[in-house]
Amino acid sequence: MADFTIRVDQNKYLPAGSQEVHGIVTAEASGPVGAAPAADAAEVIIVDTSGSMSYGKINDARKAAQAAIDTLRDGVFFAVIAGNHQAEVIYPGHGGLAPATPQTRYESKQAVAQLRADGGTAMGRWLRRAADLFSAHQMAHPDAIKHAILLTDGKNEHESAPEFDANLAYSAGKFVCDCRGVGTDWVVAEVRRIGSTLLGSVMDVRRPEELADDFRAMTEAAMGKTVADVALRIWTPRSATLNFVKQVSPALEDLTGRRTDVDALTGDYPTGAWGGETREYHISVRVPPGQVGQEMRAGLVKLVVPQTGQVLASGNILALWSDDPALSTRLNPRVAHYTGQQELASLIQEGLQARNDGDIETATARLGKARGIAERAGNDETARLLDKVVDIDPATGTARLKRVVDKADEIALDTRSVRTVRMRKDPES
Amino acid sequence: MSACCPACGTTVLAGEAFCEQCGQDLAAAGHSGSCTACGSAAVGSDGYCENCGMLQPTGRDHAETEVETSAGVTDRGLRHSKNEDAMALVTAGPGTVIGVVCDGVSTSSRPEEASQAAADMAALTLAKRIAEGEDAATATREAVAMAARAVAAAARPGEDAPACTYVSAVAAGRHVTVAWVGDSRAYWLGAHPALLTEDDAAPGTHMLTAWLGADAGEVVPHVREFTTDGPGLVLLCSDGLWNYYPEPEALAAAALDDTPVAAARRLVRMANDAGGQDNITVVLIPFGQGDAGDATVAFPKERSG
Ligand SMILES: [Zn+2]
Ligand SMILES: [Zn+2]
Repeated sequence: MADFTIRVDQNKYLPAGSQEVHGIVTAEASGPVGAAPAADAAEVIIVDTSGSMSYGKINDARKAAQAAIDTLRDGVFFAVIAGNHQAEVIYPGHGGLAPATPQTRYESKQAVAQLRADGGTAMGRWLRRAADLFSAHQMAHPDAIKHAILLTDGKNEHESAPEFDANLAYSAGKFVCDCRGVGTDWVVAEVRRIGSTLLGSVMDVRRPEELADDFRAMTEAAMGKTVADVALRIWTPRSATLNFVKQVSPALEDLTGRRTDVDALTGDYPTGAWGGETREYHISVRVPPGQVGQEMRAGLVKLVVPQTGQVLASGNILALWSDDPALSTRLNPRVAHYTGQQELASLIQEGLQARNDGDIETATARLGKARGIAERAGNDETARLLDKVVDIDPATGTARLKRVVDKADEIALDTRSVRTVRMRKDPES
Repeated sequence: MSACCPACGTTVLAGEAFCEQCGQDLAAAGHSGSCTACGSAAVGSDGYCENCGMLQPTGRDHAETEVETSAGVTDRGLRHSKNEDAMALVTAGPGTVIGVVCDGVSTSSRPEEASQAAADMAALTLAKRIAEGEDAATATREAVAMAARAVAAAARPGEDAPACTYVSAVAAGRHVTVAWVGDSRAYWLGAHPALLTEDDAAPGTHMLTAWLGADAGEVVPHVREFTTDGPGLVLLCSDGLWNYYPEPEALAAAALDDTPVAAARRLVRMANDAGGQDNITVVLIPFGQGDAGDATVAFPKERSG
């Protein structure tokens, strides 16, 4: 198993009477990567085969699914689902998962080659089907790392909102799902909800021919996971309130509502499977006001395996009340950085929403401000995408919306708004 | 050793059953490991209450020590969450008393470890070398070097090096040998009180120009020896005391008419009453007792470096 470490960046000094404590928790897993036994990995590939996938896209989707199959290590259990308004397991046929061998790879790629684009879109049903496959597999392989890839090109039109909600809730916690939207007809908010709930990434794929490389990379990343299920376990003092728990790197994800109570003072927040990687979390706690000179532990943060209770790493979020303003007014650079990254994402999402609602004034203000933050914080890709939506007068700094915006650029900007950059200049290194 | 009343914070001595100030039953609360803030019995080994989160006072928050007639008192003060001062008081054979006070530099990492390591190492080295027959000045230089090495060795990659100040006194017969690095001080308290040290700090500030620590470079202590023909006290203290009472006369007036332990407690209380902004450490070593005549202090030339 990988070695986990936790580091907390914060300014623990608070002015007398102050109650808000912020910390950035950096969780890092290192050590043996790719060391999980192949039999403990399970992969389900979900390909959108709705009617809109015709005109060539289906061909690239087939190639992508086949690339993913070729990337599976020998012995990894897998299945392929074709999704339209229904969900069909096109391989293997027996209701379970098949171990990857030269033979099963060949058979499954043959099945994928037969995929036809036809019918509607009901992503909740695809996910439920995958969840059932994983649940059955779990019986014999309790430690399996369960991962799915979902590809879609359209709107979720052929199941009701309540049914979609129920299917998504049914799937939560059963597997991690990375989602990809291809083309310009899918709805970022819809797919983002799937990625958030199932702890996976969401990315736009501009051209169908890029899918194969992307599927290969996602499968490789999934093969690199070594620990199936890790939770962030947070203790806070009695009479304190946990304001929020957010993943802030590599992408923004609000985990606050995902709490499972462990006891009256402790809750678990799911983080999914881990390989060799670093993730960062912003945690905010409201504590009772303290007296100068008092020190309090405002939070005890652990990475745990929830099934066994095994503690992988831990760190303290502290509060120390001081009457020295030189100490208590200092901003921790990492807290400031990620506060800025969250503001940037909100500005982009609100700006795009306002633009779609025809509120040009709000859209211009939000997106113009976002452009400035992106440049200062080193979000180079975001700045580049913002340039396709908004013009900034280099002399006055005044923002103006572009008249014509490529839909693909708008989708890319929206999708990638939650992806953060790490601090440009790391004072610790 | 003593501790603080869990109910009101007043200093209580070991063995006392009830707090003199508020009547708290000390056996029932503070000393049984329950939280001083909320009363919960669940206090973790790292010192934080598992219910309310408050860091619990430790033995270092207030400690007292007596060796023969000498005494030391160290106190967290009112404004710091930890006591980063450390002291040591030991004897080296009959009639020789060794005192050390170190003040952890707050902006360094783990300053409380630095000061404790320095005080312990210096006292140990002094006692050993003097018992072996070494002269006090040579033993003192060796002790400072050993203390500096101990503090430097506590440094870890990726953090500011732990650091502390240093002042020591070896009192034997009519001779006292004082050494310092930084702004912890030694005073002579007698009929003609005097400051014996000169702070290693930019004038009028607390910007240290010398300290013990991995980032301090080579440490060259100031070493001074003096003799007296009259009775008095050698006072070693951290800046938590002298920030409020820098004048030797005021310190002498507060300390001279009592036992060293009572006088040390009084000086600490005076600093706390004046605001207690910093940790306070006071070591008092009676000196030249029983000798006739007025107390006079004679300084030979400083022999540092
Ligand atoms: Zn009391
Ligand atoms: Zn408590």
